[in-house]
Amino acid sequence: MNKLFLKIFTLTIGFSFLYFPILTLIAYSFNDNKRVMVWKGFSFRWYKELFQNEQILEAFYTSLKIASLSATFATFMGVMIGFSLTRISKIPARPFFIFLSSSPLVMPEIILGLSLLLFFISSNHIIGFPSSKGQLTVLISHITFSVAFVAVIIQSRLSSYDKNIEEAAQDLGTIPNMIFWKITAPVILPAILSGWLLAFTLSLDDLVVASFTTGPGANTLPIVVFSKVRLGLSPEVNALSAIIMLIVILAALSIYLINRSNIKK
Amino acid sequence: MIKNLKKQNIWFVFTPYLWLVLFFFVPLALIFKISISVSEWGMPPYRDLFSLSENGLEINSTLGNYLFIFSDPFYIRSYLNSLSLAFTSTVLCLLIGYPIAFYVAKSKTSIRNILLIMLIIPFWSSFLLRVYAWKVLLQGSGIINSILIHIGLISEPISMLHNHYAVILGVVYTYLPFMILPLYGYLVKFDLNLIDASNDLGAKPLNTFVKVILPLSLPGIVAGSMLVFIPVVGEYIIPEMLGGSDKLYFGKIIWDEFFVNRDWPIASALAMSGIVILVFPIIIFQLMYAKYNFRNE
Repeated sequence: MNKLFLKIFTLTIGFSFLYFPILTLIAYSFNDNKRVMVWKGFSFRWYKELFQNEQILEAFYTSLKIASLSATFATFMGVMIGFSLTRISKIPARPFFIFLSSSPLVMPEIILGLSLLLFFISSNHIIGFPSSKGQLTVLISHITFSVAFVAVIIQSRLSSYDKNIEEAAQDLGTIPNMIFWKITAPVILPAILSGWLLAFTLSLDDLVVASFTTGPGANTLPIVVFSKVRLGLSPEVNALSAIIMLIVILAALSIYLINRSNIKK
Repeated sequence: MIKNLKKQNIWFVFTPYLWLVLFFFVPLALIFKISISVSEWGMPPYRDLFSLSENGLEINSTLGNYLFIFSDPFYIRSYLNSLSLAFTSTVLCLLIGYPIAFYVAKSKTSIRNILLIMLIIPFWSSFLLRVYAWKVLLQGSGIINSILIHIGLISEPISMLHNHYAVILGVVYTYLPFMILPLYGYLVKFDLNLIDASNDLGAKPLNTFVKVILPLSLPGIVAGSMLVFIPVVGEYIIPEMLGGSDKLYFGKIIWDEFFVNRDWPIASALAMSGIVILVFPIIIFQLMYAKYNFRNE
């Protein structure tokens, strides 16, 4: 009985700590007062204003665009890295390749952002590309730090599954390209999907690297939100948080339900 | 294993290889170059390393930026503050996260899946907005102050924002899921019968924990700690939103040096020293840990 009490107590405190701030934010998003923390009455006022705020809407669209493009490119290259490192033995300067594909994981984003910005400025100086900072430079930067994360996921999946299937196919005379598309790719599909999803969230959530590499017309959502809440509070941002939480909860629930029905089958 | 690099495999290796060389390695080499350059007014605000003048080839390289950083306690303190913030919050995340991960992993399958989803939801939701939530809570007119006044603990709102305790709280809150999820991943694979076996053989609960559970969850502890420690070392957003001027951190110093002072060579030198002081120890630790694991297998 004592043990059960300890368990329920720990889990209640733990989950309250995780959810209390988020739920407070959602509750106050319905507050009809410009001063965020003084309750005046229930209203949808800030949601209406949020949907009329073109700066936020445009930033949201930019973020979605960059995140989906970045996730797609990063997944392609992450799969290439994972496949190369686990299946191809002869890679020139292999340790250097391993270093390149894993060190973005431990590099502080502030250093990554600074180095990319200085690189873009110099390369613009020397070869005239990129012609200006903007969505393209943010996209390149996001791909660069996401690739390493996808590669780790793919690598761990590829090194844990039975390679004999590929070797059998090879013995039967299947060409390597076919082996990849017909055997390897379907097996690692779940890893590819979770890699894409991770890269997508990383890009959507990134503020620091995007702040360094952005330019005119490429304000992502975190950049706009940060500029609004850096010095004070903003009731519109409360409404935005509530909407994002709703999306995340719906996504999590649908994954839970899909998993459960898969297990039942 | 494919032994020879055939033509159809070449692009498979070289597309990401070239990408990373171009957009990861070259930029790092570039900030190294700028960090040993002499700063000057103009655009770009530093002198070229090599220049041709009437005296022939001149090399304008200097270690002055590094000497400047390491002779100023202001910069040294910011490195130490970042390391201590990362260390403190990793330990706190571990202390808070371990019991949660343990009990979630020990729950019945049906409850466990729901709890797991509840752990993933904060993990997925926006990082920036979770930090902002604490800014709202800790305000002078915020809900925590109201509660404290209501129950009579304090009579006036106290200022809880803009100090390094608020930063630690914000970091622990936002990074807690990064600690819990890998811990959970190892604890859930853990055979509960081992606990019963240890108890049956007469071990006290504390002994069981220290000698059986803890060693078996060590990989999860290391993975979770890395996921917290590494990003917190360079953290910029949380100190900027919740912190004050009582303690300055490495991430904010670089940001200000670049965006406010526009001193590229100093910012680059700070970044390079940051890699040596903050990142190399992590890489060395990972290599040692991999070796240790290899020997124990």
